[in-house]
Amino acid sequence: MSDRIWVGTKKGIFEVERGAGGWRIVKTHFLADDTSMFLSDPRSGTLLAALDHGHFGAKMHRSGDGGKTWQEVGVPEYPPQPDGEVEKDNWGKPWAWKLIRVWALEPGHKSQPGVIWCGTLPGGLFRSRDNGATWQIIDTLWNNPMRKGWFGGGADYPGIHSVCVDPRDGRHVHVGVSCGGVWATEDDGQTWNCRADGMRAAYMPPEKAYEPNIQDPHIVVQCPARPEAMWAQHHNGIFRTTDGAKSWQEIKEAGPSVFGFAVAVHPRNPDLAWFVPAQKDEKRIPVDGKVVVTRTRDGGKTFEVLRNGLPQDHAYDLVYRHALAIDETGDRLVFGSTTGSCWISENQGDSWSCLSTHLPPIRCIKFG
Amino acid sequence: MARVRFTANLERHVAAPTAEVAGETVCAALETVFQANPLLRGYVVDERGALRKHMLIFINGEQIADREKLSDKVGPTDEIFVLQALSGG
Repeated sequence: MSDRIWVGTKKGIFEVERGAGGWRIVKTHFLADDTSMFLSDPRSGTLLAALDHGHFGAKMHRSGDGGKTWQEVGVPEYPPQPDGEVEKDNWGKPWAWKLIRVWALEPGHKSQPGVIWCGTLPGGLFRSRDNGATWQIIDTLWNNPMRKGWFGGGADYPGIHSVCVDPRDGRHVHVGVSCGGVWATEDDGQTWNCRADGMRAAYMPPEKAYEPNIQDPHIVVQCPARPEAMWAQHHNGIFRTTDGAKSWQEIKEAGPSVFGFAVAVHPRNPDLAWFVPAQKDEKRIPVDGKVVVTRTRDGGKTFEVLRNGLPQDHAYDLVYRHALAIDETGDRLVFGSTTGSCWISENQGDSWSCLSTHLPPIRCIKFG
Repeated sequence: MARVRFTANLERHVAAPTAEVAGETVCAALETVFQANPLLRGYVVDERGALRKHMLIFINGEQIADREKLSDKVGPTDEIFVLQALSGG
């Protein structure tokens, strides 16, 4: 059971601890700095904080002593762009191969100590073999011709936001791309295949709606005990696979809305998952100003709407894709919003307690 | 020797003392600074060596023309000032 939560925000990282009096913020790290991603690696205890300094670029800091001290380490760097190689954004403007933002940090397999995966904007997947000191681009994915079919959704550039390492086999990795579907390797990154069959993109012309490589899964999560079972909160709905992403099924009803950014799956029960819905693409606010969490216990056939302890009157909290987390027991959940509110549940979402309503906009939350 | 000064705002993240360096271009002058202070490099230029989008460089009060390769000429008594553009948030 995890008694510690890390809340990464636009203005620093807040360390939250459960003591005799409940949950409270015990320390701040990098106060006033924009934190795009955070990792607490359960294998080594290593902490990694990805900061976005705006003017000064994206930076990575590492702690080996639980956050008492931090050292700046390497950031993912893109390979030199070949002469004559031009890539253009959604508006036809050329863009350069350079790091914009760290958007995913995940530990490698337990048999690969020191391996950490990193997803970035624009569209990069990197791997460190030395606990984050240095990073190497996975050029088999970067140089895949289909990668140029990816495009930005929300952000100006495509980005890799999800990395799922199969607990049974560390060579088997799925990544989620906005907008570029889900990609899988079964040979440690030597070859990749797009696996988004069944996903539907309502934002595309009808003839392209089911094209795998343009899908916008906002986040992809994998059930650790049943890795072939995965969930995706997609731009226009919820999708589920039970065959390792070879096929996806759309969930068309899920409480007040199927739109949202975040999903969490129970560590042992692949049918049990949580979402934090928003009204819809064009209105990114909670339905009727009520913050709720939806929960399915039957693989998406039915959903409960959980609201005990959550604001139900003029609340306009939006929850980003990395801002909902579940601990290893599957009982504790935490989520945080763009308006700086943070709620914690210790009973699978049946009830929630408020940590704060005054934090900076919350970008990512991790137990550990 | 040209003098290179950095915005004081950098000091919150990384040491950026004023330096006296040789170099016929902005790129060469900064390269000398970065070799002595490697951590500073990534705060001023990206992995391609181009000036970061919201950074500015002036030589004796004149903004440089080449933000990509930093090829603007530098004289031995010139002052290079590296600073940030203002923005909100």
